[in-house]
Amino acid sequence: MATETTDQPTTTEPAPFQPRLVAILCNWCSYAGADLAGSSRIHYPASLRIVRVPCSGRIDPLYVLRAFERGADAVLVAGCHPGDCHYAEGNYYARRRLTMLQELLRFAGVPEERFYFRWVSAAEGPEFAHLISEITEKVTPLGPYKPEAHEKFELPEDLLAELNALDETTPECAHGAEAEATEAEPET
Amino acid sequence: MARTGVFVCHCGTNIAKSVDVKRVAEEAAKLPGVVFASDYIYMCSGPGQDMLREAIAEHKLDSVVVASCSPRLHEPTFQKCVEGAGINPYLMEMANIREQVSWVHGKDEGATEKALDLVRSAVAKVQRNAPLFPQELPVTKRAVVIGGGIAGIQAALDIADAGVEVILVEKSPSIGGRMAQFDKTFPTLDCAACILTPKMVEVASNPNITLMTWSEIEKVEGFVGNFEVTIRRKARYVDEEACIGCGDCWAKCPVKNIPAEFQAELGPRTAIYRPFPQAIPNVPVIDKENCIYLTKGRCGACAKACPKQCIHYDDEDKLVTVQAGAVVVATGFEVEPGKIYGEYGYGSHPDIITGLQFERMVNVSGPTGGHIVRPSTWDAKKQEGQEPKTIVFLQCCGSRDEEKGVPYCSKVCCMYTAKQALLLKEKMPNTQVYIFYIDIRAAGKGYEEFINRVQDEFQANYIRGRVSSIVPEGDHLVVRGADTLLGRQVEIDADLVILATPLLARKDSADIARQLSIQVDKYGWFTEAHPKLRPAETLTDGVFLAGGCLFPRDIPESVASGGAAAAKVVDLLSKDHLLSVPTVSMIDADLCAGCLTCVRVCPFGAIEEAEIENPRTHEKRKVAKVNEGLCKGCGTCAVACPSGCATLRGFTDEQILAEVDALCV
Repeated sequence: MATETTDQPTTTEPAPFQPRLVAILCNWCSYAGADLAGSSRIHYPASLRIVRVPCSGRIDPLYVLRAFERGADAVLVAGCHPGDCHYAEGNYYARRRLTMLQELLRFAGVPEERFYFRWVSAAEGPEFAHLISEITEKVTPLGPYKPEAHEKFELPEDLLAELNALDETTPECAHGAEAEATEAEPET
Repeated sequence: MARTGVFVCHCGTNIAKSVDVKRVAEEAAKLPGVVFASDYIYMCSGPGQDMLREAIAEHKLDSVVVASCSPRLHEPTFQKCVEGAGINPYLMEMANIREQVSWVHGKDEGATEKALDLVRSAVAKVQRNAPLFPQELPVTKRAVVIGGGIAGIQAALDIADAGVEVILVEKSPSIGGRMAQFDKTFPTLDCAACILTPKMVEVASNPNITLMTWSEIEKVEGFVGNFEVTIRRKARYVDEEACIGCGDCWAKCPVKNIPAEFQAELGPRTAIYRPFPQAIPNVPVIDKENCIYLTKGRCGACAKACPKQCIHYDDEDKLVTVQAGAVVVATGFEVEPGKIYGEYGYGSHPDIITGLQFERMVNVSGPTGGHIVRPSTWDAKKQEGQEPKTIVFLQCCGSRDEEKGVPYCSKVCCMYTAKQALLLKEKMPNTQVYIFYIDIRAAGKGYEEFINRVQDEFQANYIRGRVSSIVPEGDHLVVRGADTLLGRQVEIDADLVILATPLLARKDSADIARQLSIQVDKYGWFTEAHPKLRPAETLTDGVFLAGGCLFPRDIPESVASGGAAAAKVVDLLSKDHLLSVPTVSMIDADLCAGCLTCVRVCPFGAIEEAEIENPRTHEKRKVAKVNEGLCKGCGTCAVACPSGCATLRGFTDEQILAEVDALCV
């Protein structure tokens, strides 16, 4: 497949903005995919910084928030394709957690171009390189991520109405054990 | 305060060409807690490792960062190295500045800055690492070999000869695999049966081997040294112990027209059948889909004919569970059934056959008794048919075709086509043989010479080019193609056309891959732990690979890989105990509220409910407890735990967040 080799402009102009992309990758598939892009010498933008974890199931959504908080311009989380998890079902848990996080980030006003959750197998070196190029391309025009931009954010009206309605009823406590317990059934 | 040492590798010029390694070392030396930083041309080499050990002693280092290749390649190397110098192996971290920096970013693309970041991140992590200690695990000194082809047979024999018990599981009614279907083997023209069947007999007679044919893997649980393998022994309907293989049963079977799998569907078999005369075990099996008794409840001809009362129509599948320390997977490949190019008309005319079918035809125990005939003229009763005069072989019928077939070379077709041409000319010297090819790939001992012999001595006409269509005309097949060397069209009136179809990963092996966590590539071939240095291992400890389940392989390669897997198994099982990987979960019982969320999310059932007693009040309460033998260290529980008392050793929140922070500066 055609992969983008990045011939970035050298230092004729003031250094162009290069986003900082933090990727949290599972050891067995996605990290290996990144290694394969390397051993196949497929160039991609140097915006990427990788953290290796054993399984996407190990990724606490907190890590993503922390990366944004500390100055990441975009975050990628990647794991094995469904059905291929080295630990059988860790990626299914990741899928549920990160889908929720994705909703949360959207709700909090983080542009969706800044957070990515993808499957990358150990054989998908070219695909991995392509993904990084694609993300970099999408994030660059947005400029650096500034968390303070969200301080003055307002709830959409329909949501506000819903929340108000909720206040009037007494919601069941859905916290802790019970809420987590719903995770116990992985999708197949 | 930490005393961390940072070692930056040049990897020859692999890293140094795009990363300023000196600068990385200089900057690393300024990081908090780093007391020593250096660079070296090859950190993994003997002198490199010596330097590392000396620096540990000289600078009293308590943790080490090696910035070099991927930890997936050399983490064990450097762990062992630092351990030799008295540092716990889990106080070593690697910064991957080769696969993920110098090989993907040029010098002016920010490679050095990225390498610096990765080193900073690894330093931040290693300073939060704790020493980890493996546990001793017991080892079951028994191996399971899955697949009874030549690779599996070789693996089973070698393991058994080393004194280790082996269970050989084969899906079909007999062991022998693909090789049993072949007539002669290239380039020596050894008869396949003559070199294979003695090995099959050896398997049957070896006291260390338990053979389970007509059996499949149902489930695999456990871990290296301690697998629990559940095998489905499919209902055979024939008593394997009592049967003497006399053949009275299949002689009487009224269902005689089922396409025989062993004959590549070129000939028929009965419903109760033995795949081939040299089958091991020499016991037939009833095909329950086609047996009249089993489908309609009447017939029973075989049971009546059996002199030993071995036929039991009420036989059922049985599940057998065995303990094993290691598993060898040798499940082989499948042959594409000629469907890739519709214009070649496979299936529309009986005289267009595949290479495997020709192999059966030319074999004495094949459907034509070794007569090379045009299948369209074959009279099974009289056992005769018209001999072909012009035969065309087509190579690459789907191999090396990214568009319609598979992009890879199936590796064995050039050689087997040449061999088949030779066998043909030997039997029928007056035939005309044409072989269409793209390139001839004959890299192997004696292979090139063999091709030359087929061209010169046996006068096979090699035509470089491809065929565009095969159309029946009268009682011939008109093969139209191009001769790209002469730059002209070719049209040949053929009596028989043989297609060399690609070898494919078995579709039914995906299940095995899943059960054993074997990685597969995009074609479905099983992936070895390292393509060069660990060709017989998988990334799952204790699971090994052999033969054509990795990629198309010829017989010598399959035998060698079977032996290699066996050596690895024997090495593993020679130990009295194994060391566990200590990067597993742990639960702080003091903090645990006993909600057992972790128990429910654990993919391995490695967390159990336990009861602890307060030593003062003697109050008892429920907590979760990790079984470290079963835990594989995915960390799913650590994220699910609402109180944060579950954590993954080596990958704690603190460690991962330190890495994230260091990368975001």
